[in-house]
Amino acid sequence: MLSEYQNIFTQIQVRGPLEAGVELPKGNDERTGKPFFNWLAGWFGNAQIGPIYLGFLGTASLLTGAIWFNIVGLNMLASVGWDPFQFIRQLFWLALEPPPAKYGLSPFVPLNEGGWYLIASLFLLASVLLWWARVYVRARQLGLGTHIAWAFGAAIWLFLVLGLFRPILMGSWAEAVPYGIFPHLDWTAALSIRYGNLYYNPFHCLSIVFLYGSVLLFAMHGGTILAVTRYGGERELEQITDRGTASERAALFWRWTMGFNATMESIHRWAWWFAVLTPITGGIGILLTGTVVDNWYLWGIKHGIVAPLPDLWPGVVDPAMGGSGQ
Amino acid sequence: MSYWTIFGVAGAAVLGAALVFGPDWDLPPADTEQVGYRGTGMFVSRDHEKQVALREANQVPEAPWEADPEGDRAGEIYENVQVLGHLSDDQFNQFMAAITEWISPEEGCTYCHSEDGNFAWDGMYTKVVSRRMIQMTQAINEDWQAHVGNVGVTCYTCHKGNHIPQNVWWLDDDPEPAGGALGYRAGQNVVGEFVGRTSMPQNALADYLLNDMEIRVHSDTALPTGVNTATTKETESTWALMMHMSESLGANCLTCHNSRAFNSWDESPPQRVTAWHGIRMARDINNDYMVGLTPVFPENRLGPEGDVLKVGCATCHNGVQKPLYGVSMLQDYVDALAEKTDTGVPDFESFVPNETEVLAPARSSRLESFGQKETEVAAQ
Repeated sequence: MLSEYQNIFTQIQVRGPLEAGVELPKGNDERTGKPFFNWLAGWFGNAQIGPIYLGFLGTASLLTGAIWFNIVGLNMLASVGWDPFQFIRQLFWLALEPPPAKYGLSPFVPLNEGGWYLIASLFLLASVLLWWARVYVRARQLGLGTHIAWAFGAAIWLFLVLGLFRPILMGSWAEAVPYGIFPHLDWTAALSIRYGNLYYNPFHCLSIVFLYGSVLLFAMHGGTILAVTRYGGERELEQITDRGTASERAALFWRWTMGFNATMESIHRWAWWFAVLTPITGGIGILLTGTVVDNWYLWGIKHGIVAPLPDLWPGVVDPAMGGSGQ
Repeated sequence: MSYWTIFGVAGAAVLGAALVFGPDWDLPPADTEQVGYRGTGMFVSRDHEKQVALREANQVPEAPWEADPEGDRAGEIYENVQVLGHLSDDQFNQFMAAITEWISPEEGCTYCHSEDGNFAWDGMYTKVVSRRMIQMTQAINEDWQAHVGNVGVTCYTCHKGNHIPQNVWWLDDDPEPAGGALGYRAGQNVVGEFVGRTSMPQNALADYLLNDMEIRVHSDTALPTGVNTATTKETESTWALMMHMSESLGANCLTCHNSRAFNSWDESPPQRVTAWHGIRMARDINNDYMVGLTPVFPENRLGPEGDVLKVGCATCHNGVQKPLYGVSMLQDYVDALAEKTDTGVPDFESFVPNETEVLAPARSSRLESFGQKETEVAAQ
């Protein structure tokens, strides 16, 4: 049945007895919360919710994150004069803005000129790094590799470039990104405009290659596995050690259509590297912008990557040239 | 748990409805016109329904009648005619009939003139403002040909039957931040009514169309030289001005720019040159004509910060790339509006509502200034 089979939601909810998970090594905290089943959650993943491992790192991360969230939220509310209606109406427009350029890298900025931004950023930094440590430690304690922590680290690299490394190299906190929905999008486009079009930044190109490549790989892999689910193909781990007909058919499909096939293991390496290289290359591109290159379009001309166009409007010259400025 | 399902479905329905009915979607079809070299994505798109509405809203009214340029001059017949005294009696009355239809079709003459029939009296602020605005219109048509061309402008270009043009701007700090230590938003990050309802600096028009902050933020060299200190923040201000222009003209970035290199004049369509002059024109109008009139206006004609209402691109363009679709209304009023006559500025500070009899430039009577103009022309 099409409606059952081609469906974004999990169609069969398996519900065994509620489980707490494996025993943890000594020195770990208790997992908290009484687990329960949730039908809606079962549509998207496992129907069992909890228990959750908080521990010191998790608790500290949530706490510092909540402080950041509240500083930003309260400043947004104050920025519309504590008017709750304006707060809701304009929520997507509101933001906590970084200090103006005149304060440079000074940590002593008046609270109502971006001081709160610096304080909030400190808590956000702590929260993100604590969460990274939590991801790393939890993986270790469960006896896993640390691939997720390093992938998360790649995203943190881009985050640090935007909010910390690049502002330091540029010599001003004003270079940091505002905390707000539309304002951070405007900032992104304005950065590209100011530095002559990030389209011509080769690391931006690479980042897009890996981003779109990730999408392509995700679609190919997801499609392949769903297509062989009828042969038990979604049990990927068993298929790695003991290839069944699902895995064989999936491999044959790709070998027949494009002459080459990934394996149950290699596809995940491809996916991981493509995903991780997206923010790594993107971060390099941002870090070079304004510090090493000031106009990517002109840089592109210099290095022959800008397509020449016929001069459609030879009569157009800068009116500010030649003293006609009024 | 079905509780959660209902909650989720309701939430999705509300969000979906907000997405469908919230934004001002343009339904297809739209006209797409190629304006640049093939493959560069330079297209201007215009929505059919909006174009129909704009066409209707930007019709040009007929002149009340064809004026006879012969006969005695208005300045000789009527008292206190400072700017239009060179017109013939018939031209003068034709223009007065037209300006009434353009600015106060309901109140008629008494919107600017005394009800007792003393048309020479300067006691009403509306008359004092009108005279200055006629001088402004003459100056635009003579000095700003680079922007308005031979099409020119009349009062109607902006007023379109309203006392105050529908698209003007003022200093906007709404909603006011709480003050104190909280709520820093650097003059942006709210719905900016004059910058295309974006979250960018809400007073960008004051930066560029009143003050002359540098619009250009790009560097002319590939590598940093330390000369260009513009940051992403200044870029947002420039972009906010560009959004205002785009919204005002119903045009997009590509009307004036090849978006691969916004700053490059070599790759820009000629419209950009026209727009460049337009920015300077709006700045001049605001500084030379609008700001000076501030003391004359009553409080209810000023912005919430007490500043005079000011001119932006939308004031004339009203959503159309060529105001009134490029029809030249000026042709019917060439003698009245095409050239500067008396450019004298009275002391607007001295204006007292209902008491001022005549508000004239200190130096001259009408005839003297008229003569002076002729001397200037002769000297050239």
